[in-house]
Amino acid sequence: MSDFLSVDGLEAGYGDFQALFGVSLTVTEGETEAIIGANGAGKSTLLRAIAGQVTVTGGSIRFDGDDLVGVPPHIRVVKGIALVPEGRRVFPSLTVEENLLIGAYRSRPGAWTVSKVVELFPLLGRLLRRSAAKLSGGEQQALAIGRALMANPRLLLLDEVSLGLAPVIVKQLYEALPGILATGITLLLVEQDITRALSVADRVTCLLEGRVSLCGRPDELAQDDITVAYFGLPVSE
Amino acid sequence: MTAFRVVRASRFSIVATAVSVAAVVVLALGPSWASRGTKLSLIQIFYYLSLAQMWNLLAGYAGLVSVGQQGFVGVAAYAVFVLAERNGIDPFLAMALAGLLTAALSAPVALFAFRLKGGYFAIGTWVIAEVFRLITLRIKPLGAGKVQSLTVRNTFAGYSIERRQDLVYWAALALAVGATLIVVLVLRSRQGLALRSIRDDEGGARGLGVQVTRTRLVVWVIAAGWVGMTGALIHINSATITNRDAFDVLSWTALVVFIVIIGGVGSTAGPIIGVAIFWFVTERFKDSDTGRFMILGALAAVMAVVAPRGIDGLIQRVRSFELFPIRRRLVVDDSAVPTPDLTSGHP
Amino acid sequence: MVWVSAVVQGILLGGLYALFATGLSLAFGVLRFVNLAHGDLAILAAYLTLSTSSTLEVSAWVSMVLVVAVMAAVGYIAQRGIFNFTIGPDPLPAILVTFGIGVVIQNALLNHYTATDKRIKIGSIVTKSIKVTDRLSVGWFPLLTLVVAVVILGGLQLFISRTRTGRAFRATSDDPKTAQLMGINDRHLYAVAMAIAFGTVGLAGVFLGARTTFAPSSGPNELLFGFEAVVIGGLGSIWGTLVGGVVLGVAQTVGNQWSIGFDLLAGHLVFLTVLAFRPNGIFGTGVRT
Repeated sequence: MSDFLSVDGLEAGYGDFQALFGVSLTVTEGETEAIIGANGAGKSTLLRAIAGQVTVTGGSIRFDGDDLVGVPPHIRVVKGIALVPEGRRVFPSLTVEENLLIGAYRSRPGAWTVSKVVELFPLLGRLLRRSAAKLSGGEQQALAIGRALMANPRLLLLDEVSLGLAPVIVKQLYEALPGILATGITLLLVEQDITRALSVADRVTCLLEGRVSLCGRPDELAQDDITVAYFGLPVSE
Repeated sequence: MTAFRVVRASRFSIVATAVSVAAVVVLALGPSWASRGTKLSLIQIFYYLSLAQMWNLLAGYAGLVSVGQQGFVGVAAYAVFVLAERNGIDPFLAMALAGLLTAALSAPVALFAFRLKGGYFAIGTWVIAEVFRLITLRIKPLGAGKVQSLTVRNTFAGYSIERRQDLVYWAALALAVGATLIVVLVLRSRQGLALRSIRDDEGGARGLGVQVTRTRLVVWVIAAGWVGMTGALIHINSATITNRDAFDVLSWTALVVFIVIIGGVGSTAGPIIGVAIFWFVTERFKDSDTGRFMILGALAAVMAVVAPRGIDGLIQRVRSFELFPIRRRLVVDDSAVPTPDLTSGHP
Repeated sequence: MVWVSAVVQGILLGGLYALFATGLSLAFGVLRFVNLAHGDLAILAAYLTLSTSSTLEVSAWVSMVLVVAVMAAVGYIAQRGIFNFTIGPDPLPAILVTFGIGVVIQNALLNHYTATDKRIKIGSIVTKSIKVTDRLSVGWFPLLTLVVAVVILGGLQLFISRTRTGRAFRATSDDPKTAQLMGINDRHLYAVAMAIAFGTVGLAGVFLGARTTFAPSSGPNELLFGFEAVVIGGLGSIWGTLVGGVVLGVAQTVGNQWSIGFDLLAGHLVFLTVLAFRPNGIFGTGVRT
């Protein structure tokens, strides 16, 4: 049985700047995996590399047995990988409904439709005709997640959904996760808030300056170990 | 603390500058060693180099891709006609005045043109050049489109044929050398550093407080004035002015653009290399104007995609060189006190 | 009355300019691409129609269909083969490639067809007109041109706003990298947009060539008119392109009525006025950066 997603010794970056130095991680189907780490640790880069937006210079990414390196992003969607990008990036020229529909441009067969997305995020229901440019941060985030769901992915990548949002909004967004998992989607999310990450994830990986500094199941990891892995402080004697 | 100094010249650029100065001296003595035919070819090479350096300055450094410089050439041509032919002013003085006129004209032009960006800015400059052409066409005293001549009786009164040709030759050489010097000097200045930062990253430059619009306007006006003077000289040389030809986009812009792109936009040596290739192709295609345009046009189009920095860029990839001392380099002096170790973790 | 006639002729002329501007508008809207060879492509289409007609011995209408189809295919290939490599933050490569191609086309046409004025013969429709009143008549062909322009622009508007591919155009124009995450192959999409642009400009060229004489050097003027129509109407607005074309056409015909030969200058001056006082154009949404 091949791993659902297996990243092995990944090296990636932006032009002259290398961001990932041999990152390895595996994701089991149906699980929720969280990636934590300080700013600049390479978390977003990792997600983008899996989605195909970042040039990979070494190592491999295998999804359900297929090697993804070199596969352009628009094909990875067809294979079942959808990314909710950092900063939401909804399309301002399109309405909310059109944003959702464009998410289904290359959709796979599955449960997610516009109505089901509205069920998950009722706030989008009365906004369907509104231009996406006129949404609040929380509404945009819900739309971005809904848009990615419309592709009926097998693996959903969530990049910092809590960024810049009020805690109460973030809570609402996270409450939607079980609804997503219920349709058989595997989640790989990047989260700045360690507590929140630990509370939703089945497994946690911590990145530090482009390398994996810690990984394991939340209940197996000690608070001190996480702090050390997150900040890179030397272990005190 | 490590010591460092900012250095401009490299050994290569010092040698290159010396060689260039020597070459200019040799060329300046042209009237004594060059045949009439050679002088005529050189005059054309000089004024194309002048036009090319100005387009290079605009597009390569200020990010102003103009395909309307022919407007200034045409205006200058008619200015010379009015000043020298109709009003007895010395043709070379008229040339300078024509340059002042086009420089002054370029400021209000910028008012319109600068509202557009990128490709639309380019077409906008073309429209404005056409406006100049159509206006001169309708001004009756300018002949309304008929061919005008700069006559020996009026314009060149007091000049023997040789003296006239020698002066045209020297004026052309001065324009070419001057244009190159302008590019070098502007780049060496603080304005030049600002310009290069605009080229590299406009947003970033603005963030640093670089006065993008003002810098661009200054470059725009200088280029317009110099192109005007060059245009005036071109017509003093040919002694004929027709509306279509004076404002011809192909002769005064297309060829210039091709020269700069092939040679290398954004470098001081690029236009020089480009003009050499232009001359070579022109000689080869003496009988076919269309052939010349097609070859140079195709070559420029290909290079725009494949080698955007032209031949100079290709050379730079192999061996970094600079013809004139422009770029500042940081030279670190290693023989200094060792720096404290910040990575050991001890406060 | 002559002024009314001039305005009417201007509106009809505007149809032709709108047709020219369509391709420019689309290319800029979807991929921020400015094609300086746009006018020359139209003239190329006109010449190709002449040659196709005579070689294949078919009517100009049949040739037109063939030429437009070929132009669209060429547009697709050109985008994928050349222009896609010029897309990026620096506008210079795209400007230069198209400028160079324009010059090459002009001179190739000059070489092959000479500088003599030519005209596409499409039969007597060109001379027929509808007599509205004693002193006002509307030419059939100019009317047809306007109708075709409205139909095409209307179709394009519907396409952009209602269809899946049109949505993809808008999304890609907003944010190409995120559009890729939706499964949109932007390289292919750009090529489709270019195919439409080339096809419409080919159509415009044929209509121009049937209505008036043309020569290899006729291209640049058409580029300028198309560009002016887009800017007057407003970047980013499809109906703006129609309005812009009409405003330009009217400016030219009224200008000509005021003083023979003043038409081009009048058009340019109106353009500059709009640029000075309303740089975003009449319906402009402003260029999104």
